[in-house]
Amino acid sequence: MRMVPFMKYRQVAAWSSVALLLMAVASLSIQSLNWGLDFTGGTLVEVSYPEPTNPEQVRLNLDNAGWNGHVVQYFGSDRDILVRMPPQKSLSDKDNARLGDSLFAALSASANGQIDLRRSEFVGPAVGEELANQGGLGLLAALAMVLLYVSFRFQLKFALGAVIALFHDVLFTLGIFSLLRWEFDLTVLAALLAVIGYSLNDTIVVSDRIRENFRQSRRGKSSDIIDESLNQTLGRTMITSLTTLLVLFALLIMGGELIRGFATALIIGVVVGTYSSIYVAANVLLRLNLSREDLIVPVKEGADLDGEP
Amino acid sequence: MLNRYPLWKNLLIVGVFVLGIIYAMPNFYPPDYAIQIQNEQGSAAVQDPELTVALSALTESGIQIKSSSLIDGNALIRLSTADDQLKAQPLIQRALHDLNADFVIALNSAPTTPQWLRDLGAEPMKYGLDLRGGVHFLMEVDTASAVEDRLEGMEQDIKRAFRSGSERIRYAGTSILEGRVLQFQFASEDVRSKARRQVEETYPQFLVTESDLPSGADGFALNLTMSDSAIREIEDFAVQQNLQTIRNRVNELGVAEPLVQRLGRQRIVVDLPGVQDTAEAKKILGKVATLEFRLEASPDASRASTLPYNYEGRAVRLERDLILRGERVFDAQVGFDPDSGLPQVNITLDSEGGELMHRSTRYNIGRRMAVVFIETKTRDRYEVQDGREVKITEPYVEERVISLATVQAALGVSFRITGLAGDEARELALLLRAGALAADMFIAEERTVGASLGQENIELGATSVLIGFSLVVLFMLAFYQWFGLAANLALIANLLLLVAVMSSLSATLTLPGIAGIVLTVGMAVDANVLIFSRIKEELRKGAAPQSAINAGFERAFVTILDANITTLLVAIILYSIGTGPVKGFAITLMIGILTSMFTAIMGTRSLINLAVGGRPIKRLAIGWSQS
Repeated sequence: MRMVPFMKYRQVAAWSSVALLLMAVASLSIQSLNWGLDFTGGTLVEVSYPEPTNPEQVRLNLDNAGWNGHVVQYFGSDRDILVRMPPQKSLSDKDNARLGDSLFAALSASANGQIDLRRSEFVGPAVGEELANQGGLGLLAALAMVLLYVSFRFQLKFALGAVIALFHDVLFTLGIFSLLRWEFDLTVLAALLAVIGYSLNDTIVVSDRIRENFRQSRRGKSSDIIDESLNQTLGRTMITSLTTLLVLFALLIMGGELIRGFATALIIGVVVGTYSSIYVAANVLLRLNLSREDLIVPVKEGADLDGEP
Repeated sequence: MLNRYPLWKNLLIVGVFVLGIIYAMPNFYPPDYAIQIQNEQGSAAVQDPELTVALSALTESGIQIKSSSLIDGNALIRLSTADDQLKAQPLIQRALHDLNADFVIALNSAPTTPQWLRDLGAEPMKYGLDLRGGVHFLMEVDTASAVEDRLEGMEQDIKRAFRSGSERIRYAGTSILEGRVLQFQFASEDVRSKARRQVEETYPQFLVTESDLPSGADGFALNLTMSDSAIREIEDFAVQQNLQTIRNRVNELGVAEPLVQRLGRQRIVVDLPGVQDTAEAKKILGKVATLEFRLEASPDASRASTLPYNYEGRAVRLERDLILRGERVFDAQVGFDPDSGLPQVNITLDSEGGELMHRSTRYNIGRRMAVVFIETKTRDRYEVQDGREVKITEPYVEERVISLATVQAALGVSFRITGLAGDEARELALLLRAGALAADMFIAEERTVGASLGQENIELGATSVLIGFSLVVLFMLAFYQWFGLAANLALIANLLLLVAVMSSLSATLTLPGIAGIVLTVGMAVDANVLIFSRIKEELRKGAAPQSAINAGFERAFVTILDANITTLLVAIILYSIGTGPVKGFAITLMIGILTSMFTAIMGTRSLINLAVGGRPIKRLAIGWSQS
């Protein structure tokens, strides 16, 4: 089987990663994320009309009913309309919580009661802020746990490689969401954590092989050993990514509007995650001068490994 | 070498698989559309005659009834279509209206799990609100102002103590700082230390410190900081009280399986499956009950100065003049009489309440005092308008006497009601708390999902699982041939086990949960891919088929374990930070990781051992290989 000299291109890969991450950071700092209702707080009402409807007309109807500050858009089909309202400073907390009912009543009145309520959500400002904090905390906790577990099971250099790779994946996915102004809600956050899980899976498999090969071969350059390991795991990496992408595309296409953001984030994450376990995690290992000495086999684990042919 | 599993391992796998089938099975019986009839007073049972009335109303309108039953005082009528169910609810409401009892008529979905499965404890998965439709509220109790209210009450109390003590203590002013510190200002240090002594003696719930007044103002300050445990107690009470109020209210909404639960220090989750009219739900949840304390009228009192009530089936007349209302009640707890050991209810009033109580009772020792519980409820009325009968829902006030006890001494801020049985005491304390001053509560989050969207989510979810699953199965078959078949069988077993575990843990399935299942399907084959790649590699190195199989499984195991444990860690974090739907995703992910380890490693191994492991073979059907 022909070897792909992955590490030959590691400089190119490293620089393109850095460039992409810089773009992600730039986009995030310039236009932040398009925070969804879960994090901003506010009100959202989704209704379905019996006939295709023009959002412009719905907007006018709401204006006429005395509402302002609303965003009206199609949601999934031309009969489904989504109306969003930021928290209204002029209203009390109590009235803000009733905004959804009032909006639906106004929409219903202008459509002669011919509409169906599909969904209505209200998130108070305190809750939104809390969810954002909790989400950020969760991401950090996940990264910290990974760092701990991998340094315990492998070695600190592997842990650093894994965490930098995960950081890379999360930042990249966030960057895409920021750049394209896609809505970032709770399900996307959940997807990001799942991306961490997935990408980690990949990184661990590759790291596991690198460790094994380092321990077995007595000579050879580090980059050659890593290349060999990457090639050995390449088939598996590709197939698993492929099956995962298959189901994710099924979810994206068939799963409906509510799950779209989730599926998109995961698809991006799986693609970058596959790339990062090759070019980020392994690259970091080389940069940190991973050597055989780092992997001196602890006594209790050594017994079964050394016995292998 | 040969690859054989010992008999016990094969039996274990078969055993787990059979259990999986049994506990996943209830999910394959579609639930019936049902109507549940409950008596609004939870304790009273629905009887046969009422059920007959309801059933005949349905038959008259041509609605087909599948079956009906009376279980635990509730009636359950099973119908064939969702349409019938929607039509049946108002019909039954109308028919039972004439029976002069309040019934709650709720839409429900009744499981059709066969009896033998139910005997084994097998139940179908629960659907989250995003799949079945309904309202989710997150209520926040304004505990901060409850604490401040209590502090103000204490302020009045202490002021009175300062004024009326044997030696009068003069204070220059008072203020409340940061919502939890009560500050008294004094002109001299001497007075301050006198005050300090008195406060420390009588009010152990305060941490007392001395300080100077800010910005050069003249005087000496005494700071009374409420202890954390005292604050916690007030918060707990405020939340418990609101929890009780909501529980009482939810019954009125006609919800089959409501969930009312405290979340954290000051929040309450209310899940009302099937409820669509959120405005109505909010109105009903927002209503509070109150209390009135009144003396029993003396026998010679004039009719005009008394009010007629009933207590335990007998008429009582109470004085029209009110002693005090529920907003003066701080707390009501079940306790035990230290002398007799019998249950009693301890009531705490605020200082003004104590004063009012004292004034009314000191000259009336030996008379009886009643507590009246007042609640606003709604009832339906049917009226003919323009030749059509329409339902009118109107509020009404219900007042009932919940306690009538003899005053044995002049009462003050805290007193007790004795002579109660254990259940009575608990019930009374509950009602007193429900009618006491309620801490304000507001909606922090609300999510409503319409029934049509819920149904659509189920269908979309099921389709995605099916399509994702088929794609993976086809791919594995094409790529790994016979070994792919083994992996596919393991994948089916994995799905089955996942559903079985979720059902038996009564985990809730949500839309993100379904997404988690789909993701699990995609990722679960990873273990098999790892193993198969290892086997291929061994074959390329020239290993004999049987030892290649063995080495493949052995060597891939550690990798699979490490990879899965880290993913599991991430899923646990997701679970602990997530709310509602996200939690659902984390649960399916966690369970999926665990079941997939079992099926992909042990299950596949067992299949492969059975198929090729027992005989010497020359070639393995494990797909293309470039060697």
